[in-house]
Amino acid sequence: MKKTLAILLALVMVVTLFAGCNNNNPAPETKTGSVFWLNFKPESDEALKKLAAMYTEETGVPVEILTAASGTYNETLTAEMDKSNPPTLFVVGNQAAVSTWGEYCYDLTGTDIANELNTDAYMLYDENGKLCSIGYCYECYGIIVNTKLLQEAGYAADYITNFATLKEVAEDVHARANELGFDAFTSSGMDGSSSWRFTGHLINLEYYYESVDNPEAWKSCPAELTGAYMDNYRALYDLMVVNSATDRTALANGGFDAGAEFADGKALFYVNGSWEASGLADKGMNADDLAMIPYYCGVEGEEKAGLNCGTENYWAVNAEASEENIKATLDFMKWVVTDPEASRIAVDTFGVMPYKSAAESTNAFLADANDYLANGCYNMWWATNYQPNVDAYRAAVVSALNTYNADPTDANWATVVTAFIDGWSVQYKAANG
Amino acid sequence: MKRRRNSGSVNSYLLRRPIQHWSPVFLLPMVAAFCIGFVWPFLQGLFLSFTKFKTTSKWSWVGIENYLKAFQDQSFRYSFGYTALYAFISLVLINVLAFMVAYALTQKIKGSNLFRTVFFMPNLIGGIVLGYIWSMIFDGLLSAYSTSILTNTTWGFWGLIILMCWQQIGYMMIIYIAGLQAVPEDMLEAAKIDGANRWQTLIKVTIPNIMPSITICMFLTLTNGFKLFDQNLALTGGLPYIINPDGTTVHTTEMLALNIYNTFYGQNVNSRGVAQAKAVLFFILVATIGLLQLRSTRKKEVQQ
Repeated sequence: MKKTLAILLALVMVVTLFAGCNNNNPAPETKTGSVFWLNFKPESDEALKKLAAMYTEETGVPVEILTAASGTYNETLTAEMDKSNPPTLFVVGNQAAVSTWGEYCYDLTGTDIANELNTDAYMLYDENGKLCSIGYCYECYGIIVNTKLLQEAGYAADYITNFATLKEVAEDVHARANELGFDAFTSSGMDGSSSWRFTGHLINLEYYYESVDNPEAWKSCPAELTGAYMDNYRALYDLMVVNSATDRTALANGGFDAGAEFADGKALFYVNGSWEASGLADKGMNADDLAMIPYYCGVEGEEKAGLNCGTENYWAVNAEASEENIKATLDFMKWVVTDPEASRIAVDTFGVMPYKSAAESTNAFLADANDYLANGCYNMWWATNYQPNVDAYRAAVVSALNTYNADPTDANWATVVTAFIDGWSVQYKAANG
Repeated sequence: MKRRRNSGSVNSYLLRRPIQHWSPVFLLPMVAAFCIGFVWPFLQGLFLSFTKFKTTSKWSWVGIENYLKAFQDQSFRYSFGYTALYAFISLVLINVLAFMVAYALTQKIKGSNLFRTVFFMPNLIGGIVLGYIWSMIFDGLLSAYSTSILTNTTWGFWGLIILMCWQQIGYMMIIYIAGLQAVPEDMLEAAKIDGANRWQTLIKVTIPNIMPSITICMFLTLTNGFKLFDQNLALTGGLPYIINPDGTTVHTTEMLALNIYNTFYGQNVNSRGVAQAKAVLFFILVATIGLLQLRSTRKKEVQQ
């Protein structure tokens, strides 16, 4: 009996030992190759898995989708690239990522998929002119407005055209919050799930207007900033955190659900982007009641401002994958943007895809963005994609903003400016030194 | 513990021989697991600390440059000091409190088994979860004063101490209880007959007899203190930072392990080698301190 038990235990040990080596990718090495997409957006995981299943059913080519947990794409990519079966399709979303992962990128110049693009705005090259990655969708962000509530508060849907009118509405609604039953802005939590809306997106207004003043310096990542528009950032940031139901001293902890506050009609404004459209629709909001307005912050001529459009969603193909897998991956990418049914799903997930035969976008916010452009407004491009050592840089800014929210003095604001402006130079040196 | 009951049968030739003969077979799974899960990654890590690398398979040799950079890094030196202070204070507090609880729960009071279970339970919760639970508790209290644990270094420090005490006291308590129960009754009785009071019995009889428990508990709390990562990440994540006028930052509640992690992932890939060098230094440090501490307490142990 004991002997059997001992053998059994030894067996269990051996089995568990090898369980770790078990590869959960069932894709067999076939002649047709296979596709392995390392996706960085948890919210699109479900739709991508559906696409993968569709493609496998149609062509027999196995497609695996692996989604990195929120905020851990970099870690996941580093680990996956080392494995014997690395991703064949991954995301290289900005110039900094190109300098890190460029040598792993297959040159997409002249491939079928690159020829399908309807614009050359979303292509990233390395210093040798290799086309490392191409955008598969673009997005826009700004301030989402519940126009139904705006009218309830007594303003026309198109009343807000600059910072003065935005401030007027926000302060009026905040003052009458009890009577109206809703406040001006949703909570602006500074925890990891929400702080990027301010340290990554809202700050784009500062970078963007700097780039307008000095376009030469912003052709690539500038080594330092001037901080000329930090006061505008402060004005808008203060407006958002003051005119809200949440006390600013509570923001550091986070744990708020701004999306739910907005969908429940508790707030008039919500700082976010076009990717929220499907989420807000799922929560029962009517697209006709929603509009997106630019970051009005008191800059001269801002009546002509448009939304912030750009992307971090760039496809790169792993140059170290086998030839069959590269071919399978390129074919799969092309199928996603050309097949009517597939591109419908993809476009509904991603908003809009800049490809000739992709399905039409139904995203209301992107339609807003196009309306602004059609009316001659300027697009605020994503200068924020240049943020050097982005995680470390933003973490310092969050800390400074927490101190400022706890005690909103000029001295504490000076620290925020230091974190944004001098922090940039420090991280630029660290990243390029 | 040199007592040998039934020693004859264990040492018998008939039994010993098959054990000696077959022992490698039984050792093999664990040795293999140890090599795959520890020895090999350790050697690889040691090697990578002398290189510049993006992924572990793509590297170029740079010699000791990474170590020089690690020593020059102000944040690394800061987190070393912070970690040492933390480890020392948590070592004292956890052991004193755990011993007190263990002592109280071996006094034949009613329901002591229930108490032991309850005190031990925090150990069953993972570090990340614990960190978030406690951040909610602290912030729930601090929000009454319109502030947060993330804005004050002192609170961040003591918050982590409270968290770790809560988690570890139960575990150390179990070890101390085992030690206390092994103190020979005849020695305690002899002390009583000799007229020793409770305090004298504790200091002169009980504590010398549980030195092995103290050794292991101190070793565990000290190394745990130095290696702490999950709870640190979840509770404060290094916040608040000091933003120097030149834009550099000091992460005031960042401990060594988190500093290494942030160096590896938070910055440019060029710093991965530096992070690896820091990790090797970290290993040497923890191993040295652990061994020194073990040696110094071992000397005070008595043989029963």
